[in-house]
Amino acid sequence: MSIKQNFSTDALPDFRNLGVIARVLLGVNAFTFASALVVEPTWSRTLERFTHAAVLVEPMLLVTLVVLYAASPLLARLRYWVGCTAVAGLALAVSGALHVAVAGPELEPGGLARTLFLVAFVVAALLAYLRLLARAYSPALAEARLQALQSRIRPHFLFNSLNAVLSLVRRDPRRAERALEDLADLFRVLMQDTRSFVRLADEIELLERYAAIEQLRLGERLEIAWELDAAPLDALLPPMVLQPLLENAVYHGVESGTGPGRVVVHIARHGARVLARIENPYYEEHARRAGNRMAQDNIRERLQLFFDAEARLAARSEGGRYVVEVEMPYRPAQA
Amino acid sequence: MSPLRVFIADDEAPARERLKELLSDIAAELPTALAGEAQNGIEALERLPASGAQVLLLDIQMPGMGGLEVARHLAGLEAGPAVVFVTAHDRHAVEAFELNALDYLMKPVRATRLADALRKAAAGGAPQPQRLAQAAKGPREYLSVVERNRIVLVPVREIVYLRAELKYVTLRTRSGEHLLEEPLVALEAEFAEHFVRVHRNCLVARAAVRGVERAADGGEEPHWNVVLDGIAERLPVSRRQWAAVRALVKDQA
Repeated sequence: MSIKQNFSTDALPDFRNLGVIARVLLGVNAFTFASALVVEPTWSRTLERFTHAAVLVEPMLLVTLVVLYAASPLLARLRYWVGCTAVAGLALAVSGALHVAVAGPELEPGGLARTLFLVAFVVAALLAYLRLLARAYSPALAEARLQALQSRIRPHFLFNSLNAVLSLVRRDPRRAERALEDLADLFRVLMQDTRSFVRLADEIELLERYAAIEQLRLGERLEIAWELDAAPLDALLPPMVLQPLLENAVYHGVESGTGPGRVVVHIARHGARVLARIENPYYEEHARRAGNRMAQDNIRERLQLFFDAEARLAARSEGGRYVVEVEMPYRPAQA
Repeated sequence: MSPLRVFIADDEAPARERLKELLSDIAAELPTALAGEAQNGIEALERLPASGAQVLLLDIQMPGMGGLEVARHLAGLEAGPAVVFVTAHDRHAVEAFELNALDYLMKPVRATRLADALRKAAAGGAPQPQRLAQAAKGPREYLSVVERNRIVLVPVREIVYLRAELKYVTLRTRSGEHLLEEPLVALEAEFAEHFVRVHRNCLVARAAVRGVERAADGGEEPHWNVVLDGIAERLPVSRRQWAAVRALVKDQA
């Protein structure tokens, strides 16, 4: 079931996240430049001072980031304040060691104590900034959840499905039972807290339940090809990322056509990335329906909240097919 | 009393099954006979005229052609059926039905509601074309002509020009001609995006305009003609429309 990864309490930043790394790099360099600006009276000397400081600052920064990147899984298990102390400890140790190693006759960085004090200050400032940022994002997450709910339950789907189940009650009561069970499962997930990651296996199960209901309604008009052999079942992803895309594919690619339509669901792992691709027939005359774009924007937004810059959603039409691709980092669930 | 002849048009097989079940449930108080079924709008237009249907249960969201457009083409039939629209959820359509006093049912349909709607529709007769036109969101994708109790559909994008002549409007495609009974002014308003007026009595598909040429002098005032894609016929441009036509030709160049 869903993995606890609560965004509402403070958590250490993910040091493997591109966004976090970029913010740390920018923050430290901006701080260095600003301090050079304060002490030097002209631009050229400011630049000179900055370059001089960079000789020491950049190695400290980069090595610290590499160490944090490596230690990230371990750090993530610590409680927030213990984790912060550990991060500060690592940064101080790296900086202290480099200070001693680099300090030579031609480079006089000043006293070790001053360096360590500055590093501690910068680390504290950055951690506070990242914490504020995470907190600023949590209302956005709550809102995203709401938006997600609104955008993905297509009332059209609900009422037509209920109607289809009603038509089965007398003719095939067992199938009607199964269909209602599928609907119940689907809505349980729809109404769940969407702020936590889910396992890909669960998302795939959801896709299959959804497909079973659509199959009931559309019969032989809907053909779904599942290409899941290389799907990493233990990968974590935000909930309800793939189902709305499949729903769009069925709605625009199959329901809009008078003949049978083939939908392809392809999920595979490529190294450290998970790629999901959903394809459906493309009808140009229906392309102007706006619902599609809205669902995609919503998913893109949520991917960004969960993975920052590391996930991607792209859609294109080629040769009468409409293709949506989602690419995200592979994060296996801890067993 | 002979049973009411009902035709069902819905793209989902289970939805049609459900309506048939309900019709048999209410048979004691309202006897009905199934006049026919269709699983999309085009099929409904093909099958309905010969079916003798008195009431059409018409799903509004169907592939190919939606229910509202189907109803508009049926309005050309001499003894068209009464129409009850059926929708799962379409807030805009429901508002439009209310506003224009058109009969509709919500899916899942209840037996009692179905009986009421059928009775009311059968008594009220075929819907008025103006009400259907007002309820429709956008322009039709087809124009239709009734020829010997058959509805002939012409896709709007295949039309080269529409020209008013006395009582009728001639509709010209690359392959043929039809006569419409709709006023040119209404067509111009509905399909403003597709057509440009070149003359008081003539609308030409923007996409079919290839250029303009000087008319050969035949004693009359010199004027310009529109050169069309796919047909040899030339159409005169009136002085009043010349600016609009020239702008279009320039845009395309």
